[in-house]
Amino acid sequence: MNGSLIFSGLFLRALLAGGGLALACGLLGVFLVLRRDAMISHGLSHVAFAGVALGLALNLMPVIVAILVCLAGSLLILRLKEQARLPGDTAIALLSSGGLALAVFLMSIKKDFGAELMAYLFGDILAIAPSEVYLAVGLALLVTAGIFLNLSRLIFMTFDREAARVSGLSLSRLDRLLVMMTAVTIVLGLRIVGLLLVTGLTVIPAASALQLARNFRQTLFLSSLFSLLSILGGIVLAYVFNLPASAAIIFLALLIFSLSHLAKRWR
Amino acid sequence: MKESMKEIIRVEGVSFSYDGVPALLDINLSVHRGDFLAIIGPNGSGKTTLLKIMVGLLRPGQGRVWLFGQPLEDFKQWHKIGYIQQKATNFDPIFPISVAEVIAASLNSVSRPVKPGRRQVRNKIMEALQTVGLESEAGKPMNSLSGGQQQRVLIARALSTEPEILLLDEPTTGIDYPSQENFYDLLGKLNKQKQLTIVLVTHDYGIVNRHVNRVACLNQKLVYHGEHSEFCQSDRFRELLHGGHHLISHRH
Ligand SMILES: Nc1ncnc2c1ncn2[C@@H]1O[C@H](COP(=O)(O)OP(=O)(O)O)[C@@H](O)[C@H]1O
Ligand SMILES: [Mg+2]
Repeated sequence: MNGSLIFSGLFLRALLAGGGLALACGLLGVFLVLRRDAMISHGLSHVAFAGVALGLALNLMPVIVAILVCLAGSLLILRLKEQARLPGDTAIALLSSGGLALAVFLMSIKKDFGAELMAYLFGDILAIAPSEVYLAVGLALLVTAGIFLNLSRLIFMTFDREAARVSGLSLSRLDRLLVMMTAVTIVLGLRIVGLLLVTGLTVIPAASALQLARNFRQTLFLSSLFSLLSILGGIVLAYVFNLPASAAIIFLALLIFSLSHLAKRWR
Repeated sequence: MKESMKEIIRVEGVSFSYDGVPALLDINLSVHRGDFLAIIGPNGSGKTTLLKIMVGLLRPGQGRVWLFGQPLEDFKQWHKIGYIQQKATNFDPIFPISVAEVIAASLNSVSRPVKPGRRQVRNKIMEALQTVGLESEAGKPMNSLSGGQQQRVLIARALSTEPEILLLDEPTTGIDYPSQENFYDLLGKLNKQKQLTIVLVTHDYGIVNRHVNRVACLNQKLVYHGEHSEFCQSDRFRELLHGGHHLISHRH
């Protein structure tokens, strides 16, 4: 291995952004999986994709536009679930097809950014710019802080919604917080593993942790650890062997899941 | 007013419908400090609906509810109220959470004048688990306990915030008979020794009647509301004893 490659700015930037994202995904994923909300990240990834297309079409910073569009989309999903009496997955289907339709439409009227948009389809962490790294790390830390500051309330609500409501918690506020943190994390994930794989990033590490953990603290710890191992390991593999990083990351995550599942069965 | 007579819950002229289908009609009822009130009635008679209205989970279509002398809309001191919903132990079986974490999540969430410190939380958890006889299970996963043990953990969770009233909705469904008796003995003890006010929804009046001091019979309307001792001399009770099962049906 070439030492100069290891310390190249490109590679370090990818690790830094990947590490931040891993933490946010690992923690958030536990709540998404236990709330049966795994598909929310699927829906939001399509909305975020439309946001990226919009940003490119308007010549604005796509990540910022995507975050704004995705935040609006996340609140819309909650609204539809509550007020239109739609089951959660139907609300998500409405929004994800709407998002993709918008992206396709924008691409057809402004043909010149097609290639750039493709980078968000499959992700391209090794092409991440310095400004984006700061943004990614900052936002990932914000999400992590949001989870830790509300940890007990989030656990209480996820475990026993009705009792949590009677204890005086504002569940609508917590629901909004969770879905908005998901929106931000998804946009970051879009840059790194792309639209097609970002759902896996938020779900697989948590699913692996659930195979092994005996309490909630362990679940959060293992999910973050698995997420870090997958993303950082995937970036290293991609860099060293010249593989697509997104595929390497998801393969590693799935490998960890298989091992966790086997370990559980042998225990 | 004497402290022991203090009204903890007051339900006044409450009616409720689900999408136009009436479930409760003109309910008037009050619960005083130290009461052990059993709400009985057949399935579908509105017991759960009434309890949910009492704890603010449902808004009554008509009528009003007061908690600790305050209109429910303005009530803020939710730590004074412990609520255990029907089928509370039907939580997600894959949920990875230890017994202590179940209680800690609630203790750390509830807003109180003074936020308890880490050590204080630990002590409160152990204290609550001791009350229900589960102190040795604190570290166990919740889903490894029996149904009866889980139900006691939920009682411990409710007790940990030091509530003044506990409302329970058919808490022993699906639990074997000896565990049920233990469970009701525990409730009786909490009521007598700690002056904890209890509202218990049940359709098995036989097993609780020695702990209870007040009874409400519900069938959309309040059919009877009063002292347990008087209830035992009433026609309703005789019907109940002598096979008139329309008050305690076991349809599921
Ligand atoms: N969420 C709901 N939507 C529509 N109808 C309901 C709902 N919950 C209960 N009901 C109806 O309201 C009536 C009272 O129900 P409930 O309060 O659960 O009775 P109980 O607890 O005494 O069995 C029943 O006829 C029931 O079918
Ligand atoms: Mg009921």
